Amino acid sequence: MSDIIRRDPRAEWIARNRLHPLHAAMQPTQLSWMGPNGVLRKNVHGVGFIGPNGIKRIDRSGEQQAGASKRTASVAVQLPLHQVAAPAFYIAVVPDMVGGRLSSHDRDLLGLAHQLAGTDGAVLAVVFGESKETAFATAGVDRLLLLDSQGYAPEQQVVGLRAVDNQFAPKHWLLPDSRNGGGELGRRMAASLGERPATRVWQVKDGQCVGRAGAGLQDLAQPVPRLILAAVECAEPVSETRHEALEVELSTDAPRCLPRIEDLGAVDVDPAAIPMAEAEFILSGGNGVKDWALFHKTAAALGATEGASRVAVDDGFMDRDRQVGASGTWVTARVYVAVGISGAIQHLQGIGACDKVVAINLDPACDMIKRADLSVIGDGEAVLQALIAAVDNWRHGAKQDAA
Amino acid sequence: MSIATVALVSIGAHPASGRARRAEHDARAVELGLQLAGDSLHVLHAGNPHEPALRAYLGMGLSELHVLEQSDGNDAVPILRDYLRESGVQLVLAGSQAETGEGSGMLPYLLAEQLGWPLVVGVAQIESIHNGVALVLQALPRGQRRRLKVRLPFLATVDNAAPKARQSAYGPATRGEIDVEAVEVVIDDLSTQGAFQAAKPRPKRLKVIKAKSGADRMKAATAKAAGGSGQVLKGVSAEEGAQAILKLLIEEGVVR
Repeated sequence: MSDIIRRDPRAEWIARNRLHPLHAAMQPTQLSWMGPNGVLRKNVHGVGFIGPNGIKRIDRSGEQQAGASKRTASVAVQLPLHQVAAPAFYIAVVPDMVGGRLSSHDRDLLGLAHQLAGTDGAVLAVVFGESKETAFATAGVDRLLLLDSQGYAPEQQVVGLRAVDNQFAPKHWLLPDSRNGGGELGRRMAASLGERPATRVWQVKDGQCVGRAGAGLQDLAQPVPRLILAAVECAEPVSETRHEALEVELSTDAPRCLPRIEDLGAVDVDPAAIPMAEAEFILSGGNGVKDWALFHKTAAALGATEGASRVAVDDGFMDRDRQVGASGTWVTARVYVAVGISGAIQHLQGIGACDKVVAINLDPACDMIKRADLSVIGDGEAVLQALIAAVDNWRHGAKQDAA
Repeated sequence: MSIATVALVSIGAHPASGRARRAEHDARAVELGLQLAGDSLHVLHAGNPHEPALRAYLGMGLSELHVLEQSDGNDAVPILRDYLRESGVQLVLAGSQAETGEGSGMLPYLLAEQLGWPLVVGVAQIESIHNGVALVLQALPRGQRRRLKVRLPFLATVDNAAPKARQSAYGPATRGEIDVEAVEVVIDDLSTQGAFQAAKPRPKRLKVIKAKSGADRMKAATAKAAGGSGQVLKGVSAEEGAQAILKLLIEEGVVR
């Protein structure tokens, strides 16, 4: 929608030309005039206008008018602000923050927290480590507490959460029951606090919570405990309100505990051995890739799992199990690099769950560029070669810095 | 290696039929224990010693299985804690979640807390145990691995990333002995509080479109997925483009 006013020169010309058969229809209709006997006459048929699908519309608010309606540029809607000045109680949420951002599981959890908080309580999000998230306010965070954490240190995190528990005394603790750390942290905290948690909770209603039990053949219903480990889609995420996301701090720093588990860092795994559906980083090639040896070399240099579009698979350059899209694998990668893929709708469906999409393509008008967060318009081969050189350079530089 | 190792096992349930079987994760814990300790692995169960499914663990090549006898609905944590505390064990392996009952996965956490031992979750492999320090490979989501260093004694849980359990053979399963020990019974309070019911299929989340007008609804139904305001680099050299891509990859932490 642009702000340019559209004129219809033909209609203007007809309105000027008294001899044109449509001249009368183009005249502005007079709604009321003084009759010969001094009585005010009104033309009731002149009210309103003909709408876009040929039906007469009468808008007495005066907002809509025929033809002359000026199109307004779409304005970002400001959601109403939900404020809790003096919270009666806190509902604490510890999101997973995979990759430093709120996951959809975290957002569901914040929705559940608001369900429990109502209007009086405030939702307190406790975030460990650095966060890249910018949308805490719209995700439903009333109070935000940032705690330091480096690497894998669950024992130190439990000490931090106990300090939060002492200061804020939350009415409920909500953690995601996920393999990304939430399930582990929640259970460690439950053991440390001596609370019995409800696990794999998928519904909280009327003071009762229902969670899966055993191997998934049974549900366990129990009164809502203080500590809840919730499954995915446990509640609708917050979407209709904006929140303050006020930063709060711990009054006293959490004591340092001696770590009994030492983190020696990530271990390199063979990216080709990771199932594509759960790979974190995918380099995908399509019809635009001509030099497949270079493509494989780039994937090895970046440490990415390889994927392909349907065309590349049909042409025999990649295996069928590497196909991304509606008839291949629906991938969940955090970062997806598409080289020479124009972005058929089936392919875009397959990468719907990807967080960041990077496109390298010659055609600046293709659908993949519209989807991508970063696009480079140019020759795929040249960019891939430059990318290999840049990665080598960076790794080399990083090693020199370390040495 | 002659580290006193204990594997905790439970009775599982087949996910479709619900029939009693050896629990998947516990069998993997036994497998890991057999690879580490061989014949000296001590396998421990708290529950009913007459359950035939328990013999499936013996079929993995064990000569003996120790059972602390208690009935359903009793708390296994205190008796296991006392047993482990007295036995001088260095390494305890367990599955991450039971397949029957509540299946909250809390037992290893509670044991570790009460014994005061460190707990390593989701172990894929125990690489080495040397001078009382173990190097452990921990499985992370998305097929990633992390190396941890932990001092003995410790507790480890395994899940699907651990080595697959060997097949259970019938002959050894019938020959193996089950050593029953009577213990004091502690009632679990969940049996009085919670209610088990058949699992309800979870409602599928509907895509709710909050559109005020028909035009908005039409747009929501037909629009293609769009990332919105993506950055487009046009007319730049390949090197500049590659630098921009590499910067994003490093920011996201996928290039190491």
